[in-house]
Amino acid sequence: MVRSLAGDAAAYATLLRRLNGHLRAYYLRRLGSGRAADAEDLLQETLIAMHARRSTYDTTRPFTAWVHSIARYKLIDHFRRNRRRAEEPLDDMDQLFAVSDSNAVEARIDVDRLLQRLSAKSRRLVRDVKLRGLSTVEAAQQNSISESAVKVGVHRALKSLGAEIQDEES
Amino acid sequence: MRTDDLIDALASDAVPSTGESVGRTLVLGLALGAVVSIAVMVLWLGVRPDLMPAMRTGPFWMKFAYALSVAALGFGLVERLARPDGDGGVFGPMLLGPLGVMTALAIYQLWGASEEARMHMMMGHTYQVCARNIVIVSAPIFLGLFWAMRALAPTRLTLAGAVAGLLAGAAGTFIYAFHCDESAAPFVVIWYTLGIAAVGVLGALMGRSLLRW
Repeated sequence: MVRSLAGDAAAYATLLRRLNGHLRAYYLRRLGSGRAADAEDLLQETLIAMHARRSTYDTTRPFTAWVHSIARYKLIDHFRRNRRRAEEPLDDMDQLFAVSDSNAVEARIDVDRLLQRLSAKSRRLVRDVKLRGLSTVEAAQQNSISESAVKVGVHRALKSLGAEIQDEES
Repeated sequence: MRTDDLIDALASDAVPSTGESVGRTLVLGLALGAVVSIAVMVLWLGVRPDLMPAMRTGPFWMKFAYALSVAALGFGLVERLARPDGDGGVFGPMLLGPLGVMTALAIYQLWGASEEARMHMMMGHTYQVCARNIVIVSAPIFLGLFWAMRALAPTRLTLAGAVAGLLAGAAGTFIYAFHCDESAAPFVVIWYTLGIAAVGVLGALMGRSLLRW
């Protein structure tokens, strides 16, 4: 979002696409799947509102809280307009970002993309131990290196990935 | 319109938006309103004729300090509540500060005054018009602020309207104080506060409909 505010169109498009998935799931869950058209309208309305009022995002505060507040406001506004009472508690900030209909795909793409940045050897170790679920001993045998070399290799690889993710998000 | 197309359209409009911060938008609305408010005060009521000698007295500054401190806290509140995830934070309780100081000063003055002087200290000679005038002088600032707020994103509309009204009332009071020649603290704490609060109540009532987005 910070990059988007600075005018980075590519970063902004990525951000909007991600929010799209989160918000659609959020509205579908709240309105019920029978009201998919309403959910889509609300989703578009929310995206436009966020775009028009993006200057109200304070970069020192969590972006998710800002998005959630707008999404919830638009939902309440929708209920009010349609004279329908919101029966459920609306304070479910965790849930907006907990489920997304594009989450699984997104996660796989992210992981693949990140792994490309590692050396072939570390990439293989991380895949074996963390994704395929091999034990350290099995991985050591398959790669014909010592057990402790596997542990150290995986640890280093994850650490550098962690650092990269943080860079990306800030 | 398909949502994907919408996203493309929005993304292509990703111009840097650093120039239009929340604070700046509010200051613009406040300033535009204040210009009109000053004109209303000067043309309709007139600046008090004894402005120059009065400036050498304490009570003159007391009124401005009161209005200005409430306005500053009000601005802090509005700036936060104009954001979707904003809450009042510490500024709300801090409003009790200026009110407390003024009330203490008023009680102190009443304490040392005679019976008939007390009545005059509370009622002055303009009590019938003071609060009403504050509301009228504040009106342009009220409109300017609400105009600015409509470009922002408050989600607690009644509360946001109330604090915007409070800020407008305090700023209007600051301007009105150039006309008003009352000087007793009891008068100020009763009638100024009433005027500011009245504008705040108006804001709360109108927030729900005026600030919707």
